[in-house]
Amino acid sequence: MNQQKKLLICSGASCISSGANKIKAVLEEQIARHNLTSKFEIVETGCMGSCDLGPLMVVSPEGIFYHSLKPRDIKDIAEKHFVNGQIVEGLLYKDPVTGKQIPKIDDIPFFQKQTKIALRNCGRIHPININDYLAVKGYQALQKVLHEMAPEEVIHEIKISGLRGRGGGGFPTGIKWEITRKSELKLEDQTKYVICNADEGDPGAFMDRSILEGDPHSVIEAMVIAGYVIGARQGYVYIRAEYPLAIERLEAAIKAARKYGALGENIFDSGFDFDVEVRIGAGAFVCGEETALIHSIQGGRGEPRPKPPFPAAKGLWNKPTLINNVETLANIPVIILRGGNWYSRFGIESSRGTKVFALSGDINNTGLIEVPMGTSLRTIIYELGGGIPGNKGFKAALIGGPSGGVLTAQHLDLPLDYNTLAKTGAMIGSGGLVIMDENSCMVDIAKFYLDFIQDESCGKCTPCRIGTKRMLEILKRIISGKGKTNDLVELEDLGRLIKETSLCGLGMSAPNPVLSTLKNFRDEYEAHIQEKICPAGVCESLRKTTKKPKAEGGVK
Amino acid sequence: MKKKISFEIDDQKVEVDEGTTILEAAAQIGIDIPTLCYLKDINAEGACRVCLVEVEGEPRLVASCVYEARDGIKVKTTTPRVIKARKQVIELLLSDHPADCLTCIANQNCELQSLAKDYDVRDIRYRGERRKIPIDDLSPSIVREPEKCIMCRRCITVCKKVVTAAIYDVNERGFNSFAAPATHDSQIDTPCTYCGQCILTCPTGALYEQRQDSEWVWEALADPDKHVIIQTAPSIRSTIGEMFGMPIGSLVTGKLVAALKHLGFDRVFDDCFGADVVVMEEGAEFIHRLKEGKRLPQFTSCCPGWVKFAENFYHELLPHLSTVRSPQQVFGALSKTYYAEKMEIDPKKIFCVSTMPCIAKKFEAQRPEMTVNGMWAVDAVLTTRELGQIIKQAGLDLKKLPDEEYDDPMGYASGAGVIFGAGGGVMEATLRTVYEKLTGEKMKEFQFKAIRSDSFRELELEINGQLLRFGVARGLGNTRHLIDRILKGEVEYHFIEIMACPGGCVGGGGQPIYSHKDRWYMQVNAGNHRGNALFRADEAKEYRTAHENPAIQKLYREFLGEPMGELSRKLFHTTYTKRPMYSRSKHVLH
Repeated sequence: MNQQKKLLICSGASCISSGANKIKAVLEEQIARHNLTSKFEIVETGCMGSCDLGPLMVVSPEGIFYHSLKPRDIKDIAEKHFVNGQIVEGLLYKDPVTGKQIPKIDDIPFFQKQTKIALRNCGRIHPININDYLAVKGYQALQKVLHEMAPEEVIHEIKISGLRGRGGGGFPTGIKWEITRKSELKLEDQTKYVICNADEGDPGAFMDRSILEGDPHSVIEAMVIAGYVIGARQGYVYIRAEYPLAIERLEAAIKAARKYGALGENIFDSGFDFDVEVRIGAGAFVCGEETALIHSIQGGRGEPRPKPPFPAAKGLWNKPTLINNVETLANIPVIILRGGNWYSRFGIESSRGTKVFALSGDINNTGLIEVPMGTSLRTIIYELGGGIPGNKGFKAALIGGPSGGVLTAQHLDLPLDYNTLAKTGAMIGSGGLVIMDENSCMVDIAKFYLDFIQDESCGKCTPCRIGTKRMLEILKRIISGKGKTNDLVELEDLGRLIKETSLCGLGMSAPNPVLSTLKNFRDEYEAHIQEKICPAGVCESLRKTTKKPKAEGGVK
Repeated sequence: MKKKISFEIDDQKVEVDEGTTILEAAAQIGIDIPTLCYLKDINAEGACRVCLVEVEGEPRLVASCVYEARDGIKVKTTTPRVIKARKQVIELLLSDHPADCLTCIANQNCELQSLAKDYDVRDIRYRGERRKIPIDDLSPSIVREPEKCIMCRRCITVCKKVVTAAIYDVNERGFNSFAAPATHDSQIDTPCTYCGQCILTCPTGALYEQRQDSEWVWEALADPDKHVIIQTAPSIRSTIGEMFGMPIGSLVTGKLVAALKHLGFDRVFDDCFGADVVVMEEGAEFIHRLKEGKRLPQFTSCCPGWVKFAENFYHELLPHLSTVRSPQQVFGALSKTYYAEKMEIDPKKIFCVSTMPCIAKKFEAQRPEMTVNGMWAVDAVLTTRELGQIIKQAGLDLKKLPDEEYDDPMGYASGAGVIFGAGGGVMEATLRTVYEKLTGEKMKEFQFKAIRSDSFRELELEINGQLLRFGVARGLGNTRHLIDRILKGEVEYHFIEIMACPGGCVGGGGQPIYSHKDRWYMQVNAGNHRGNALFRADEAKEYRTAHENPAIQKLYREFLGEPMGELSRKLFHTTYTKRPMYSRSKHVLH
């Protein structure tokens, strides 16, 4: 008997905005018209990752990958593929490097080279339907933890996995759990909290959104496990209002989990109670900082406070609180099921497992990718990313968003991991990865990010409030052709001050894009100031140059 | 007992209690780490980043005001890295600050200015945009210049924690941030009590009192058609000396009178005389309510900050407030009736000035209820600070003046009137009279010291076989706590004194300002010293109860008749208004 085929329609926010809902409607119509309802099941999934190619459809189980679909294409596909079994070649993926058509998703380098752990279910299952999640071993980790594992064993497993916080800090997750578990309380009050930090704010980064849109149950499951381990009965997901689809799916998933018994009282007859509520933030970047996030949940202004005390000791409502990022949590159920040792086999020393990057900028394949820690920039750009459009030279990659820094051609073969990047002055951050070709102006890029961070400064401490403003003013001056000889010294001086004296992580890392571009492309800044030339020809107030840009040329 | 820890600051060993910050520990060994947002006992935010120090092993500089010392750490407070960073932070603050020091209210009394001087800031390297924010000078009492706000948040904290009116918070975000009422409403549209505690904590000149009164006073003094009189509030005599370099708690009554006479006031009177009248009226009112068993507990009403607080937050208590006006207004009413009659002066020509420790008194004097026969009872209100400046403008050094006496007929006050300015003083002054009136006995030694304090006290007295309970709260936060307990039925009182400011009027928002990180702490201690000076003045008085004061007896005999009599009611008794917390139609600031 013929197995029913699944038509996976990517319904991440990006594909929806490029028309996935319309595609789905036409698809339903066509399936009905050809009397194929018994043979094909349409499944809306979370983000598949290749966002620039949307709307997307994968015909499963073969894995035929159709992209950039228009409603009229569906008629074609239905007639040729569904009825006659002929793949519609014109709609298949074409490798930008070789120009060859690749019909199956698993053969496309963008997907083939990935190792999906955090994103394991995104694009493969229906995000809310709990049966879909159960079918991929969903909630089995929770069953195992509640019935077979002591909290210390869970902590041990996470510790040996080597998992570190994926939100940007990179703090070892197992140790965080252990500290929060051990955090002492007065005997009469045993309240603790688990918070999932979904206040993703880096411009261009959207892995947390995609996970919540595509696989919210994995995050819920991890939160319950965390609650069990640290001794909390209440969890909150702090998410920004700009993520309506993620909020909708998360809330639906929470309801489904409650109904199934994975949330609420006496979970899976274990005697353990835990529930999760959603808290919506107004979208301030600084609310990703954990103390600011806590203030926001408490109804206050989203502003950080000095640490220590850390939330593990004094967090929400002054109770010990475990705060983990979405991507971090999404890894937990797999680590429990397959073991910490299994997870630690991915990645490299001191940076275990995989990391999701949001690939954007001057690159052929943009979107979400998950690769083992330590993968080189070259692999990401030229293998997964399919190279730089127009065969232009690679100039720089900005990694870590507005808190990060730039990597240049000399860094192409460095392993991307916490420690190596720290040495370059950049950071993995939450995983934003913007690729820039030879036509990018580094001063302009630095200004873009500083503009963002200056706008997002909460205003609490002086260096960040006024210092970033003054830095931005200097950059604007340079770009408009009014730069002064002393400007670079002042930028560095202020940058150092802000890094060294700001109250929170936002201020501490705010000068990074400027300092890092200044370190790697000082000549470009100098050209702006002394010769009034923008070598990349981006800054409108300045002349273009005939100088050869500093870049790695062509495809490798 | 707290665990002790020991560590090093600049190679010196320090031993402190666990939980002590580096800043506090340094102070113990005489190292004064600079601060701006920190305010001892009130505010420790780590926001301004001026108190930076180096801690061995910490990659970054740390804010010593919030960094708790740990055993064995090594702290350096004066490395080039530290000094340079502090100076840079000061320069950044100055780059967004109006450089108008010479014409600023806080000139030479500004923490930012002092720091800039100490750190030898001779040029502001960073130049750029400055915030442009409208001034709020719509309220009768307080002016805000938000462009001078350096985001220390002391006003926010004081208003939230101490006053509990909580009118301030941070407006806007990032570079544009400033402290102000939400949505930058004018003070006048908020439940601001005009207590002025925020002014006492502001490190710069962003907050101050309305200041036009000095000009009115100079003009009145020069006007030959005007008969200009002045009343000095009880607490001024124990605080104004500080404006002339005298130690806190100096009692300068005679010198103050001399200065005012020198300035050309036609008569110099004592507001304590007005306070004595308030004792007579409020005491009679209390006895009346006690007999009727109605509207108890009775609350005092001489503090305009408290009255506004009740009008904004506790409408249900308004019938419980004594209907007697404050000493300032009682005095003002008498000046344009009793005094005018006696002197045969057209009351319209009398210009009545009061000098007060308080900025809410400016608001009070302008309340529409506060008129007498169509005239304002009080025409100008000067704070202690403004009066000090006027005396300086006249070229007088208070220290060097001889002692002179107040004028008749409203210059003689009993000790009861004098202690109105100290915490618990109003209650004590009233009880001295009420006790005698109720029992017919004279108390040999007053037994009311138990209610003298800077926060909250209570006292039980058996009078005529009835146990009466009296409460005293100073500071509106303490007041809110007390009222909430009363409303929940947890405590019961018969008579309660409320003063909006910590320490009472001696800690008022119009008193001298100390430009120092310990200013709050000093203010509270200063309150004690200043208050004690008033209690000393009381002890030196021949008459220590209002009803024994011959000038008061004469006033009632010749003019008023009985306390709570027809004339008293007309002149002294007032009504209160239920005010919404926030105005519906808001003023727009330009």
